[in-house]
Amino acid sequence: MIMAELLLGVVVQGVMTGLVYGLMALGLSVIFGVIRVVNFAHGEFAVLAMYAAWLAHTQWQLDPILAALPIAAGCFAIGYGLQRGLVSPFVGRAEHEQFILLAGVAMVLLNLLLMGFGPDARPVNLPYALDSYAIGPVILDKARLIVAAVALVMTGAVIGFFRFTRTGTAIRACADNLLGAAVVGLDVKRLYALTFGIGLACVGAAGAMLVTISDASPVLAHGFTLQGFIIVIIGGLGSLGGALLGGVLIGVCEALAGFLWQPSMKSLFSFLLLVAVLALRPQGLLGKRA
Amino acid sequence: MGGISRRGLAAGAAVLAMPAIVRAQPAVLKVGLLLPRSGYLAQAGQSCHRGALVAPRVLADFGMRIEIIDVDFESNVDMARTQAERVINAGAHCIVGPFESGAALAIAQVTEQRKIPFVVNIGAAPQITEQGYQYLVRNFPTGGQLVTNGLALIKDLLAATGAQPKTAVFVHANDTFGTAQRGAMDALYPRAGLPIELLDRIAYDPKAQDLSVEVTKIRALNPDVLLVVTRSADAIKLFRDMVRQRFTPKAIISPGSPGMYDEEFYQALGPLADFAITNLPWANFNAPMTKALEAAYTPANPRYRFAAECFNAGFTFEALLVAADAHKRAGTTDGETLMRAVKATNLAEHVMTGGPIAFDAKGQNPNIVSASVQNRNRTPTVVLPASAATAAPVLPMPGWQGRT
Repeated sequence: MIMAELLLGVVVQGVMTGLVYGLMALGLSVIFGVIRVVNFAHGEFAVLAMYAAWLAHTQWQLDPILAALPIAAGCFAIGYGLQRGLVSPFVGRAEHEQFILLAGVAMVLLNLLLMGFGPDARPVNLPYALDSYAIGPVILDKARLIVAAVALVMTGAVIGFFRFTRTGTAIRACADNLLGAAVVGLDVKRLYALTFGIGLACVGAAGAMLVTISDASPVLAHGFTLQGFIIVIIGGLGSLGGALLGGVLIGVCEALAGFLWQPSMKSLFSFLLLVAVLALRPQGLLGKRA
Repeated sequence: MGGISRRGLAAGAAVLAMPAIVRAQPAVLKVGLLLPRSGYLAQAGQSCHRGALVAPRVLADFGMRIEIIDVDFESNVDMARTQAERVINAGAHCIVGPFESGAALAIAQVTEQRKIPFVVNIGAAPQITEQGYQYLVRNFPTGGQLVTNGLALIKDLLAATGAQPKTAVFVHANDTFGTAQRGAMDALYPRAGLPIELLDRIAYDPKAQDLSVEVTKIRALNPDVLLVVTRSADAIKLFRDMVRQRFTPKAIISPGSPGMYDEEFYQALGPLADFAITNLPWANFNAPMTKALEAAYTPANPRYRFAAECFNAGFTFEALLVAADAHKRAGTTDGETLMRAVKATNLAEHVMTGGPIAFDAKGQNPNIVSASVQNRNRTPTVVLPASAATAAPVLPMPGWQGRT
């Protein structure tokens, strides 16, 4: 009985962590799904958002959950500008050229963060950061619960935007048939810039909220990028729902592996899941076959 | 014959003698300082670096001259190897560093090949001095020594406080250091004679974003004592998740690891950092050289407290001291001669606790002893041995709630 209760707690923790992972990976999926460019600076932008949230809290005592909105807006502007000024000429070029460009952006960003903030982790000490709710045998971490709920709402909003708004529909048209979209007069460059902006806004919001759980540190960037890739590949590259599903699956898989085997083997199980998905369903769980 | 005066003769003799004098005057020792100043070990690497930066001035006061070539190996073992090559090519006569055992093993391969002395400042994996390296010495305890001393001090803590915990869980990072400590615990714990049953050993990834699952696992075992081998970032995560999951052990003790005495740990956790205990070598604040180092360190690093930094800063300073002292005695920067002098080191006056700095045939300093350091009011405070203690140990530790 006690084991079952603990397992339930672990699964719930995994789901909550997975929802945050999912929001983070959503940005990567949005950009790839439409522009067909893989954002290798994904993790660095997440860490940039973490530092922005840390700054907002230390300078203006702004709660990171509330700061997520302006930070997402700032990341949207950065993404829009980045696509217009830097990435746009590389769309349609060889993948290795796109890779070098965005890996370069990642390096510059990471080193700027190191120069600006140093290597020490920057904690945001919130009054509720260490609070938890006990619901029966399950202990729910308050900060994680809030972040997971906001992540779920934000993911729903992004999916809703792409499904129900004219701009979202136009962006999806670009993703489905670029030539057709251009022929009917859609401003593809602007829509691509909007997409990149939305992608980075998702990363920014997730990064900002993540400081309630984890301290801001440049060290995290590579891990975020790698984890983002694993999640979107499992969920299906370009699939928004897939990113969320992939995040939750990874969260639960890691939590269970850590609890039932050794916690140090959590990553191993993420990769095993990735290999299984690639072998059995290469397009990802919710991805479309190319 | 009146052409040569006595003064001229003396001047000529001085000129003739000059090359010999020049030869006897050793050049400044260039020390390649390899530390993880970025990456996941950056906090500790920077802390070591702060100690190193004041070392040339302090050593100069003791009549030793060194010049430091700074290198960051980014907490990356492969980078440590290539940077060691690079710094030797840049003219380093000796290498000091690297805080991390895996990097130490990588650098040792290079220094061995290039016949350049390598003084390990911090790095506890036993294999560092077990692989027969001729150009390596370590002024830091092995994992085995750390754990042996650490476990002995736990026994002393129980005796001093009258606490009677029954069970423990050992939690460790799965990096080179953590795994080596696990090996030492497996071998030494059953022989330590502690009246505490070790329920389980849990390895975790120090780069994990949180340790909630690890803490759930610990909570399921409900031990009285948590024995930990951490780094500071993961120690912070571990403590936060224990508070969130409302798990309060009677004691949290490290049998010899970084993490719980770092400034970053205090800043992140505030009063929750208090009462954790780390058993490890510490600065001997009564030693004149420690006072000299603190006097130089404090104005140079106004944002950092020497009391919290003395472990990293102290051992890094001592490694530089070993190199500088050997250079002074050898009178040359030649690798082979310098290494002979390093191996013959016998430094009674130094910074950290323990006997003289000297090295055995394997290059290990066997004279380092540990102290029991408990966090009190966000300051690492020596509570054992009684001879060095500035406060009495507190066990069991108070609960998380109500701390100020």
